[in-house]
Amino acid sequence: MRDHGRALRDAAGRLVASPMASLLSVLVIAVALSLPVGLYVGLSHLQSFTRQLSSDPQVSIFLALDADSRDAAAVEQKLRSDPEISGYRFIARAQALSDLRRNAGLSDVLDNLKQNPLPDAFVATVHGNRPETLERLRDDAAGWPKVGHVQLDSEWARKLDAALRLGRTAVEILGALLAAALVAVTFNTIRLQILTRREEIEVAKLIGATNPFVRRPFLWFGTLQGLAGGLAAWGVVALAIHLLNRDLAGLAALYSADFRMPGLSLPDAATLLAFSAVLGWLGAWLSVTRHLRRIGRV
Amino acid sequence: MISFSHVSKRYAGGFEALRDVSLTIESGELVLITGHSGAGKSTLLKLMAAIELASSGAVLISGQNLAKLTPAAVPFLRRRFGIVFQDHKLLYDRNVFQNVLLPLQIAGFDGRDAARRARAALDKVGLLGKEKAAPITLSGGEQQRVCIARAVAHRPAVLLVDEPTGNLDEAYARNIVELFRAFHQVGVTVVIATHDRSVGEQLSARTIHLGQGRIAA
Repeated sequence: MRDHGRALRDAAGRLVASPMASLLSVLVIAVALSLPVGLYVGLSHLQSFTRQLSSDPQVSIFLALDADSRDAAAVEQKLRSDPEISGYRFIARAQALSDLRRNAGLSDVLDNLKQNPLPDAFVATVHGNRPETLERLRDDAAGWPKVGHVQLDSEWARKLDAALRLGRTAVEILGALLAAALVAVTFNTIRLQILTRREEIEVAKLIGATNPFVRRPFLWFGTLQGLAGGLAAWGVVALAIHLLNRDLAGLAALYSADFRMPGLSLPDAATLLAFSAVLGWLGAWLSVTRHLRRIGRV
Repeated sequence: MISFSHVSKRYAGGFEALRDVSLTIESGELVLITGHSGAGKSTLLKLMAAIELASSGAVLISGQNLAKLTPAAVPFLRRRFGIVFQDHKLLYDRNVFQNVLLPLQIAGFDGRDAARRARAALDKVGLLGKEKAAPITLSGGEQQRVCIARAVAHRPAVLLVDEPTGNLDEAYARNIVELFRAFHQVGVTVVIATHDRSVGEQLSARTIHLGQGRIAA
């Protein structure tokens, strides 16, 4: 423990002793980390948004504009008698119009319309949300009298979700590559340090230093540098989200909606810091193990 | 006890530094290794501290064969020695006190105890007033004494000394040699490699003379 304390002080001292070099290394690490982390935050936000939308896949059955209440009752009868339908809801055309007016911020446009362009509609869900049942219902309902149009609502959301999964995989690959870059940066920093401290290492080994004793300050240095890089990346991501949210607010206002990206959650940030520290340690370990062997048996 | 049995050392280039050397140094003994430069004196000391390994024959320290030592055990062997290097090997990025502190930190002494021992060692070589000085500002003789303080700070059982009087004027050299006699008198095994005849005259100790890698009669 005492040795670790001393090694930690030694490493921190060396980080501070050459502020410019340390700053640049930390910056490189921060950039390498903030890129995948930022993309990850954006993607998971989008993904949770689409999950929410596609949570209950439903079939919307729009009646023809000239359908009357008897036609609607006939459709309702068919829906009620289908054992695979778990529930349905009738949305009268007047109600649909007022919903639209309230939600989408299109009241100006709607006010200019001479008549309600929306049809009556049923929204149905099926037991188990099985795609084949949903598709069967969509195809059946399209053939019913006075049904204008049938739509499987969750489809676009499912497609977007699949696309986002693809994006997530891409981010993971990017993350892995940049993690390797972090290890490489640390490896190189430590290599230079070992070269400048070669004499000290040789003398220490001559008077009885073990390899762990020699290694320790370098491992702490790599860990601290990684940790500093992780902290900086956290800051970069937080700043980027703040700036993006400012623009998003403007965009959202145009749609009378309110969406903003949440920042990095605390557990996510803790993971980021732990990850960057471990990668820094790994780079230092690889470097010090390799280069100590070169200094060899003195 | 240090024991060499038919030890030869051949370096990578083919140069044979030691040939069939057998000797025994008892605990608490004061021994001089003499000979011209290149006679193998430094190599002999390096073999004792496992800085080099014998090409053939066996080097035993307290009955332990160094050829059979694992790399992880070597540091602990070296802590039984204090080594006074010919070129001092001081670290110039830290002051005198920190240089002397290094072996104590390596051996795991806690901060206060280590500082006390380092000061005691500096006091013994008469440099207590210079503990804050940078080694580069010291004279050759003073640097030599810092090196001695570093070698004895952790109170090793054996002191290995390589050419202690190299570049020193006569009075200073006598002074240094008296220090080694003092360590010997408190029970430390002292092995001094030197080409300087006056050291032998001053100490009148057992002398092993090396010539071209062999022990001369």
